Amino acid sequence: MLANTQGIENVHPPVTQDQKPVLSLQGISKSFPGVKALSEVSLELYPGEVTALVGENGAGKSTIVKVLTGIYQPEEGEIAISGVPVTFPTAQDAGKAGVTAIHQETVLFDELSVAENIFIGHAPKTRFGLIDKKEMRQRARDLLDRIGASIDPSVLLKELGIANKHLVAIARALSIDARIVIMDEPTASLSHKEIEETYELVERLKAEGKAILFISHKFDEIFRIADRYTVFRDGQMVGAGKIRDVSEPDLVRLMVGRSVDQVFPDRKPNRGPEVLRVVGYSHPTEFEDIGFSLRKGEILGFYGLVGAGRSEFMQALFGITRPSKGAIRIDNEIAVIRSPSEAIRHGIVYVPEDRGKQGAIKGLPIFQNVSLPSLKNTSKNGFLRLAEEFRLTRDYTQRLDLRAAALDQDIGELSGGNQQKVIIAKWLATQPRVIILDEPTKGIDIGSKAAVHEFMAELAAQGLAVVMVSSEIPEVLGMSDRVIVMREGRIAAEFEGDDLTPERLVRAAAGISEVAQ
Amino acid sequence: MSSSLADEKAATRQVPDRLRNPLQRFLASWELLLLGVAVAVFVLNSFASPYFLDPWNLSDATFNFTEKALIAFAMALLIISGEIDLSVASIIALASTAMGFAVQLGAETPLLIMIGLGVGLLCGAFNGALVTGLGLPSIVVTIGTMSLFRGISYIVLGDQAYTGYPSDFAFFGQGYVWWVISFEFLLFAVMAILFAILLHKTNFGRAVYVVGNNPVGALISGIRVPRVKFALFLLTGLMSGVAAICLTSRLGATRPSIAFGWELEVVTMVVLGGVNILGGSGTIPGVVIAAFVMGMVTFGFGLLNVPGIVMSIFIGLLLIGVIALPRLAGRLLAARRG
Repeated sequence: MLANTQGIENVHPPVTQDQKPVLSLQGISKSFPGVKALSEVSLELYPGEVTALVGENGAGKSTIVKVLTGIYQPEEGEIAISGVPVTFPTAQDAGKAGVTAIHQETVLFDELSVAENIFIGHAPKTRFGLIDKKEMRQRARDLLDRIGASIDPSVLLKELGIANKHLVAIARALSIDARIVIMDEPTASLSHKEIEETYELVERLKAEGKAILFISHKFDEIFRIADRYTVFRDGQMVGAGKIRDVSEPDLVRLMVGRSVDQVFPDRKPNRGPEVLRVVGYSHPTEFEDIGFSLRKGEILGFYGLVGAGRSEFMQALFGITRPSKGAIRIDNEIAVIRSPSEAIRHGIVYVPEDRGKQGAIKGLPIFQNVSLPSLKNTSKNGFLRLAEEFRLTRDYTQRLDLRAAALDQDIGELSGGNQQKVIIAKWLATQPRVIILDEPTKGIDIGSKAAVHEFMAELAAQGLAVVMVSSEIPEVLGMSDRVIVMREGRIAAEFEGDDLTPERLVRAAAGISEVAQ
Repeated sequence: MSSSLADEKAATRQVPDRLRNPLQRFLASWELLLLGVAVAVFVLNSFASPYFLDPWNLSDATFNFTEKALIAFAMALLIISGEIDLSVASIIALASTAMGFAVQLGAETPLLIMIGLGVGLLCGAFNGALVTGLGLPSIVVTIGTMSLFRGISYIVLGDQAYTGYPSDFAFFGQGYVWWVISFEFLLFAVMAILFAILLHKTNFGRAVYVVGNNPVGALISGIRVPRVKFALFLLTGLMSGVAAICLTSRLGATRPSIAFGWELEVVTMVVLGGVNILGGSGTIPGVVIAAFVMGMVTFGFGLLNVPGIVMSIFIGLLLIGVIALPRLAGRLLAARRG
């Protein structure tokens, strides 16, 4: 371990075999109707160590977090803290026992100050029973200093960026003196620099002797900061041990239960005639003068930093918002797109980034999600034909290897990767000419990722034009025939063939000129 | 891609179409529970009064819910789509006033029907335009129009009443089609079937559910969300117009206080029928059974000479009860799981 060499050993003894876990789970099982979410899993967390929990979506990671934080009650098994058996009937009980979780969407209050956010529910009081603001600010400052965050405790939370909000959430976790800290994909939506800061923070928490459960899909960071790993697959614990004893391919194999080479599908560019041409698309605030041409069978990548205007442009192209200027030609004929339904009629479809809110219609079954934009074809004279809807759904979900209990299951019950498969299936069923995929594999597991990538390649080979927005460089490089880099709402560069290198992409996205290098 | 993944794909397990068959679904449904309640109320009523089981008496009992149920069918769709219309009773008042006014000018029955339906449609269009055109919340818009529409009736009528409806106009609220089957009851039955088909068997009905569950996702899936909502407001207005014709015909007179407080009973009927007040789910059969339950409870109270104010308290408690029930049941289930 690299991290353990930086003086942290002085604070805390190095990992030894006889060290006792601060938290241990034994034989935990939890079922939901039709699914066994956890089946006799065990998990141990050690003080001053980071244990990475890895597994595909749907492997049971979030379920175990909910068991640990008192949201779910396991049907079987034992939770012990420092060897003493405990139960967490409510979330408060878990908090009192020293377990705290920092989620992506930890609930914070925009209109309250940083200090108030940290101490909400347990603010220091004056002798009159009122909140002691001075004391609270001071203690907030101490906590923030402890995690190396230079945030003024008296500013309102809404003035902070996402990374700093995260730090506030961590300070809040520390304020209740947690011994066990669960971090659920803490770096998923952070920039490079913010990710580095998060790693430093994890090191500090380790040095303080906290036991950390670190959930992540990113292998580089697991190998960088974790001391131990535990792998879940299909609700079972399939492996655990020290990170230094395991290799990345081994870990991937444990996770997916088969060997998946993280190579992207081998594609032969098979570009046909132009299907879409965009000229001078502009929006008053989000993007300016976007123009490009897209050909049949091509995968066109859109790379850029978060906030470069890629998603906003795609939403305008799909008719969700309207451009202030610009024109579209489809098959060399001028097309006007003022709404998604017009875009769909022109054969342009869009898989949004926000799967939960925009993509999936939660509360409705899988087959109704799939048939939704194709109802005109599955119905007759405006009357539904369920048999046709099921047939369509079976056809398209099978090709994507959907895993579900039944096609009339609520889409909201599926894992993220499987929801994405349903959404892609729904669009393919419309037999589109252009498919726009906005961060198609964000936050989904490796197995589903590979399935989506392979499917994209297959679609392109069949003559579909694919536009892919992605912030993951390996994905952009591995999948695209051509890449447009956007920066601050404009096209910064376009690369193809041998010009397509990671360095060039990053420089163009950040606005560093080639000459200056 | 590696061949191992391809092998996996070849061996894809077939995902079954349905987890539970329709019978299993029915056995676990709100509708079945409600049906049980309906039977219980029916039995209780027959004990409460020896006259209850008389066919003509039962026929009279249906007037307690038929007009409200006509609106409740449309309201169910509107609530499933995530909107609500609290102005329905006031639309009845305005439509009835317009018909009464026309009668004073010598209008005959066909024209009265057109006026009743037309005013209903116009009111619905007004609500719909404010909600979908300006993006205002329907609960606020329709509280406003609730006051507005009935206010117009009060200005026109004051403490007067319009009477003198043509004798053939009486058929809609007082006529019988066959033996004890009234025109209103037949209309109720036909509309129940039509609305059930509309909601459960057509593309439009599917769109109603989609919009109610996720309006943004619906838009992105190509559904013209404002158009769906506008159509539902129109439909609710139209059905209020239909109810206005029936009620006016039955009473033979129009006062500005006509159908006062009905919006509450209509919404209660819809929610009792299992429609989620927050939108997204519910069925027409549920609303039909709820209509029977409410009608028979009201009638039973009448048989027992329970005063009207108690009736109003009961409706209020019922509304709160059915909204709270799913949540309480959820807590009980969660507690048992834990």
